[in-house]
Amino acid sequence: MENKKQHIFDNPKNVKRLMSVFYILCVLLFVLDFVINRHVYHNWENLWGFYPIYGFVGCVVLVFVASWMRTFLMRPEDYYEKLEQNNNNSVTTGDDNVDA
Amino acid sequence: MWMLEIPPFVPFFIGAVLAAVTRGPLRNMVMIAIPVLSAIHLWMVPDGNHIQFAFLGYELIPYRVDKLSLMFGYVFHIAAFIAIIYALHVKDTVQQVAGLMYAGSGLGAVFAGDLLTLFVFWELLAFTSVFLIWARKSSRSYQAGMRYLIIQVLSGVILLAGALFYAAEHGTLVFEFIGLEGIAGWLIFIAFGIKCAFPFAHNWLTDAYPEATVTGTVFLSAFTTKVAVYTLARGYPGTELLIYIGAAMTCFPIFFAVIENDLRRVLAYSLINQVGFMVVGVGIGTALAINGAVSHAFNDVIFKGLLFMSMGAVLHMTGRINGSDLGGLYKTMPKTTVLCIVGAASISAFPLFSGFVSKSMVMTAALENGHDWVWLMLLFASAGVFHHAGIKIPYFAFFAHDSGIRASDPPTNMLVAMSVAAALCVGIGVYPAALYSLLPYDTGYNPYDATHVLAQTQLLFFSALAFVWLNLRGLYPPELPSTNLDVEWTYRRLFPAIWQRTVGIATRIYQFMGDTFKQTLGVGLDYFARKNNRLSGLLSRNHPAGSMVLWVVVILASYLLLSFIK
Repeated sequence: MENKKQHIFDNPKNVKRLMSVFYILCVLLFVLDFVINRHVYHNWENLWGFYPIYGFVGCVVLVFVASWMRTFLMRPEDYYEKLEQNNNNSVTTGDDNVDA
Repeated sequence: MWMLEIPPFVPFFIGAVLAAVTRGPLRNMVMIAIPVLSAIHLWMVPDGNHIQFAFLGYELIPYRVDKLSLMFGYVFHIAAFIAIIYALHVKDTVQQVAGLMYAGSGLGAVFAGDLLTLFVFWELLAFTSVFLIWARKSSRSYQAGMRYLIIQVLSGVILLAGALFYAAEHGTLVFEFIGLEGIAGWLIFIAFGIKCAFPFAHNWLTDAYPEATVTGTVFLSAFTTKVAVYTLARGYPGTELLIYIGAAMTCFPIFFAVIENDLRRVLAYSLINQVGFMVVGVGIGTALAINGAVSHAFNDVIFKGLLFMSMGAVLHMTGRINGSDLGGLYKTMPKTTVLCIVGAASISAFPLFSGFVSKSMVMTAALENGHDWVWLMLLFASAGVFHHAGIKIPYFAFFAHDSGIRASDPPTNMLVAMSVAAALCVGIGVYPAALYSLLPYDTGYNPYDATHVLAQTQLLFFSALAFVWLNLRGLYPPELPSTNLDVEWTYRRLFPAIWQRTVGIATRIYQFMGDTFKQTLGVGLDYFARKNNRLSGLLSRNHPAGSMVLWVVVILASYLLLSFIK
């Protein structure tokens, strides 16, 4: 019953609309860089589109590095549990031995 | 007006006792009344040392009020109030009592005027909060709670040792500026650092917080780390080392947060990232930076609480918290979605939300004091926190692919608590003057100038653009059920493995030595027995036991004879 109800983002048109608004805002913000006369604390801030580019590049680098980290950091979900369980089994207590 | 100055931890501890013996609506009333009454009382307390006495020749100040401690006192009351409302539906007495005791311990710690009192509350923070983890009643949470407790108690023991050294060096226990001088300074610094989740000492937080109960995590996120930030701000302002530690804290967790699947663990990583901003502020140590650190702690308690509450609501209603299991919840949990987005916007420091008015102070202070590279790291971290806490959390929980879960919004008390927090986030963001008036220093700082607003908005929008682009290109790492190795690997895997090996080798060596010894002994005995054999037939090994008896009889008989002769 619930599943049949159309929700706002079930319609691809709405998603598209949202994305268009978002892209327009991005362009607008980028253009504002040249319109608004900002007072800067640092030379880097004078660079052409410093904040937008830094934000974009920073996030892309972040995601790439993080994905690369997965190659050596990722383990199965029960990685520690398995080990800890093995340890518990190897040291059998008296109760465990009753049936044995 | 004459007024009795009661330290704020007292009403909370009394409340804990009352909560232990009452049930139902009465308990709820008591629990809501405690933070409200205590906050009204605290509001009227003037600055100064209110309780003071001598103990073993040292002056102890269990209750000291000044602007710095008051800030934390206020926000702890707000946090306790919100968390209590959020937890009203919980029937588990242990959790309710532990929550109140924990909040009281946090308040006791920030109003402690000497190191001994601080130590007592430092340990109480650990012992009361661990029950919020154990209350999950799974073997996972039991183990995580154990590790949490061990590390927290270790921090307390180091603090005590540091305090004793401090007393020996300075002849006083009063908790003022300490600085990195002498062994006491370093010991206390390490103790604070462990609780503050410094890099390599951070893993207790990401290990234990996500294993706590739905409501327990909301309590946990507010107090322990903020007490540590407070103690650093009091004992080590302007310590340059803190700038670099803080900058590292802002950056490294965001990488882990991006690939983490458990959404509450993502928030735990982002908690470290936010505390990093505060630590940088404390390290810079100027009036603006300290203001930034303290106000960011204030805001973080509220917006991080809000985010943990919204994820708690998801866990409570769906029983799931992994990004890989969730998605599409906005359809049936619209209120939670909106409240979560408010928290996400606040932590990402969007203009008009609370994070913006405090984080920008730390950033400005970093620039003003010539820490360019640190500033760049903070900027990167700002973009990164938006990426994982601002977008990833709401996106994978409430949007993304439809998981088919149709859970409704959580109970009213949870929604009320989240709404209060969200209102505060927006309120502080829109009208920061109220928050600024409480700060320790008056700097006349104004976050809302065109430069700041534009720069921050650009940064955030283009971070979002990066997310959109990566997602559309399929480059964004998908949510996978997994565990990511962190420092805990050393004490959950490496040390146990080394220990097992060592024990194994030691056992083998012991057995080998035992066997060799027995063999040598046997050979030796044989040797002597053979010699003896050749020497005398009577006393030889091969002789029957009967001859032995015979000889005993002979000896006894001679004794008898001798006794007659006498």
